[in-house]
Amino acid sequence: MLELRNITKRFGAVLANDKVNIVVKPGTIHAIVGENGAGKSTAMRIAYGFYKADDGEILVDGQVHEIASPHDAIALGIGMVHQHFMLVDTMTVAENIVLGAEPGSPTALDLATASVEIRRLSEEFKLAVNPNVVIEHLSVGQQQRVELLKALYRHARLLILDEPTAVLTPQEVEEFFSILRRMREQGKTVVIITHKLAEVLAISDEVTVMRDGRVVGRVQTSETNAAELARMMVGREVLLRVEKPDPRVGAAELSVRNLSITAKGGAKRVDDVSFEVRKGEILGIAGVEGNGQTELIEALAGLVTPSQLSGKILFEDRDITREGARLRRELGIAHIPEDRHRRGLLLEFDLAENSILGVHYRKPIVSFAGVVLDNPAVRKRANEIIEGFDVRPANPDLPARSLSGGNQQKLIIGREFKVEPKLLLVSQPTRGVDIGAIEFIHRKLVSLRDSGCAVLLVSAELEEVTSLADRLLVIHDGRIVGEVDPKVATIEEIGLLMTRGH
Amino acid sequence: MKLLRELLFPLIAVVAAFVVAGILILIIGDNPLQTYALLFGSAFSWPVGIGYTLFYATPLIFTGLAVLVAFRCGLLNIGAEGQLYIAAFATAWVGITFANLSPWLLIPLCFIAAIVGGGVWGAIPGILKARFGSHEVINTIMLNFLAVALLSYFTQYHYKAPGDPIMQTIPIGSGAHIARLGKFIPSLPLFIPVNLAFVLALVCCGLVYIFLWRTKWGYELRATGTNPTAAEYGGISVRKQIIIAMTISGSLAGMVGINEVLGYRYRYYDGFSDNYGFTGIAVALLGRNHPVGVIISALLFAVLQRGGIPVDAFTEHVTKDIVQVLQGTIILFVAAEAFFRGPFAKWGLLRRSKV
Amino acid sequence: MSDIINIALIWSTIRLSTPLILAALGGMFSERSGVINIALEGMMLAGAFTAAAVTYAAGSPYVGLVAGMLAGALIAAIHAVACIRYKADQVVTGTAINILMIGMPAFLSGAFFLSSGSTPQIPKEQLIPWIPIVIAFALVPISWYVLYKTPFGLRLRSVGENPEAADAAGVAVARMRYAGVLLSGVLAGIGGAYLSIGQSSLFTRNMTSGRGFIALAALIFGKWRPFQTLLACLLFGLTEAVSIQMQGVVKLPSGDDIPVQFIQMVPYILTIVVLAGFIGSSRPPRALGIPYQKER
Repeated sequence: MLELRNITKRFGAVLANDKVNIVVKPGTIHAIVGENGAGKSTAMRIAYGFYKADDGEILVDGQVHEIASPHDAIALGIGMVHQHFMLVDTMTVAENIVLGAEPGSPTALDLATASVEIRRLSEEFKLAVNPNVVIEHLSVGQQQRVELLKALYRHARLLILDEPTAVLTPQEVEEFFSILRRMREQGKTVVIITHKLAEVLAISDEVTVMRDGRVVGRVQTSETNAAELARMMVGREVLLRVEKPDPRVGAAELSVRNLSITAKGGAKRVDDVSFEVRKGEILGIAGVEGNGQTELIEALAGLVTPSQLSGKILFEDRDITREGARLRRELGIAHIPEDRHRRGLLLEFDLAENSILGVHYRKPIVSFAGVVLDNPAVRKRANEIIEGFDVRPANPDLPARSLSGGNQQKLIIGREFKVEPKLLLVSQPTRGVDIGAIEFIHRKLVSLRDSGCAVLLVSAELEEVTSLADRLLVIHDGRIVGEVDPKVATIEEIGLLMTRGH
Repeated sequence: MKLLRELLFPLIAVVAAFVVAGILILIIGDNPLQTYALLFGSAFSWPVGIGYTLFYATPLIFTGLAVLVAFRCGLLNIGAEGQLYIAAFATAWVGITFANLSPWLLIPLCFIAAIVGGGVWGAIPGILKARFGSHEVINTIMLNFLAVALLSYFTQYHYKAPGDPIMQTIPIGSGAHIARLGKFIPSLPLFIPVNLAFVLALVCCGLVYIFLWRTKWGYELRATGTNPTAAEYGGISVRKQIIIAMTISGSLAGMVGINEVLGYRYRYYDGFSDNYGFTGIAVALLGRNHPVGVIISALLFAVLQRGGIPVDAFTEHVTKDIVQVLQGTIILFVAAEAFFRGPFAKWGLLRRSKV
Repeated sequence: MSDIINIALIWSTIRLSTPLILAALGGMFSERSGVINIALEGMMLAGAFTAAAVTYAAGSPYVGLVAGMLAGALIAAIHAVACIRYKADQVVTGTAINILMIGMPAFLSGAFFLSSGSTPQIPKEQLIPWIPIVIAFALVPISWYVLYKTPFGLRLRSVGENPEAADAAGVAVARMRYAGVLLSGVLAGIGGAYLSIGQSSLFTRNMTSGRGFIALAALIFGKWRPFQTLLACLLFGLTEAVSIQMQGVVKLPSGDDIPVQFIQMVPYILTIVVLAGFIGSSRPPRALGIPYQKER
């Protein structure tokens, strides 16, 4: 049905796809698995015409095709449901479904006919949704159904689904899988991109495994198991067991009491969460992404409007719930954000200027009436960070943009360590970072904890949180659903908690 | 190398604009080279040419700086026109109302009036954006019109000499006049209106540079402009920065009032601004949003503005309107820089020159 | 106030609203596709000048009107290419076009008619005082239909709201945006033509005097919807009509005239107030002003 041959794609310096070969047989459910950043989505976005490959060819039904835009892909019978839904929020379900493939004449949009067809498809595939509702009023699960209908309406024979279960509850996942099976029965082909092995084993017929932009394995689902797939995905038998002494735990540095966070639209992102982080320990929070971790860390860092919060945040027994980011930094809270481009760096600024963000108004960075930046002091700080954290190239005059992801991350970590924090909030510290840098960052985090700092660590990489954390909380749907001892708990146990809680 | 790259695109844009305008001149049957010779010819003669060039450059430096400061905070201030009008009127009002004060008091008061007047009018869209998120571009356009209507009312109904057919206020007190440069440079005749405001404009360039690149305030403002979410993470209040940037921007635009009222006409003259505010956008863009660039491009636009007069007089068909055609085309080319970047990238001449 | 003044005022309002309606509807197509259009002023000037010049030369206002439309479209094409192809800042490009179009008509009339800034008088029988009015008012329901009841309109709105989603659905984003901007040029061109060969009988320097910006304000005031925009244009037209006709007629309790400037200020203040969200919320198309970049 679909074949990618030697697909290669670069984004700047990053090789996202390196001679990728994938064969999807007609009438099957084909899983593509791999860790974050393995290049799964890139490959499929190329197949859908969203990206243009630098090299290689795409075959549909055995024929080589030039797929320059989604328009071409749709014409070939390919549909794709993206991880972030591609829906126009202010339009109705029917309008979204017909968009680009409208029925009726060019002078009259025939939404009535479309609605009939949409209803028919909804019934056939058990995808109940009202065609006349505006998208922004739908739940995420319903929006996903709209996306599926959109593809089916365009007579897609091949459906590519990018992390479709990330937004679903376990019950919904079951229901969703039965929809996929129904599609397969009707002769459709499905490609499902995921990093959850249990799902791969439950739903797929064949599996392609990707790692670091390359295809590293291709197996029949019936002939494999989770352990084998995990080995292929990760590429090493045991991942980074971090050497660390037992913690010397002190008093509570941060206490979170009944904290809830309500998003602008009214949805609860974090729901009645309480925990403590003590001096000298790393408290890990494990969970599937999008279960409130981002909001939790931002709230602790002072980046969420106080009116969205309820409950209390206490730092060294001081109530800081309503204080802004600046004061929290002054109290000794440092923050390594999950998205370094959005939060962590001023990409157009040079390394020296980036190295003072957050302390730029304080001694010794400012001299002369507390206003003028002291250039020698700025450079001294920058050079210390660059040396201490091995940032390359070691040139404080380069714009941050010119650094690789790993070096950008080291710069941020160095900057936040430099303030000698009492509490460090750290989110996805090694995302998009090469192996060498990962080990370096892990060692640094442990040494900071050994010096008595309280560390709160959020990571989507289970291996990472279990190997670093001294205590581990599991978050699901904005709630803390359990605490485990990372030394004894197995990945399976934690995974189970992460996906349902009990 | 960095400097060269910074200069490259503005230079290409200017050359391209002259080529386009040259073709237009050819089409209507005149000689482009002769026209350009007239355009630039008189600008560099001492003392009249240079004197006038500097005089014309003065308001453009102020408005260019105004646009620059807002731009560095990620805002587009197309309201410099309104800000400078309000400021000029405020200056004249102080100069008229307190005409009898000693110059030592009156001139500083007038300066304050210009700075505060422009600052207030600039702060309004800043506050509206910070508080309600409404786009500064539309609000500054509306405030331009509002300023014009408001001042025309005050001029017509309250500050015009009875029976004066011209829309202008009565003169300010002579104690509020600031010296023309001819006073300090013997070979520069006093009728040339370039005055101390030009020196002030240069000082402002220095101050803006120091403010933006050497102080913590400038750091916060620029950080907000390049990445507001990261600025917030660094403990910087984005809303505050927006208001500060628009206020400073308005104040800088407001200093045009000092040149106009205290140094040139000695009264408020309705509609005096020859699109200074909009040309300021061109000045800042062409000057790469850097104070030194602003001085250079303000001088270029000043030369054009003054050169329009001989072009009008001595060519057969070309009118002084060629100046606006050139201005518009230059901005267009600077804005659509990718137009040139494409071929350059293809030839491998440069990697990335975004700083 | 007598009845006569009322009728005169209504006519005057309609005439003064016409160029605003045309330009605002044009702006609607551009902004609904996601391209900010502060170049309406320049497009109107292009239309006004070209229509007058061509009508004078060809002797036919219909040829002039078509020429005015084309001139508007030509200027729009410059805006579109800069903004869509080269991803230039849409506000800066618009400003550039406005400055360019202050100079260009004067430059050309200086060359062709040997008078800086204006075209020669056009005989009365060659003017079209009614056609543009009819077009303007007819275009309101037509625009509504096109925007909400045709595939074209659906696609246009989708690229202005979420171009990535539109792209994923197979809509050619750039093509739709070109269409939106070009349409705005055509309509603004008619609006300009009305000023020079409808309302008056020649082009004069900067004869739009800010109407492009007022049209933009009306568009925002009308929340980017055709009928609300019509109402906003009528309101703004009314304020202009009042400021022209009622000078010295309406008096304050103190016996003084209401200064004309205060009536002129009404549209500006209303727009600022609406934009701040005091009167309902006016939400722009979500992708307005953002160039569409495919591979980020």
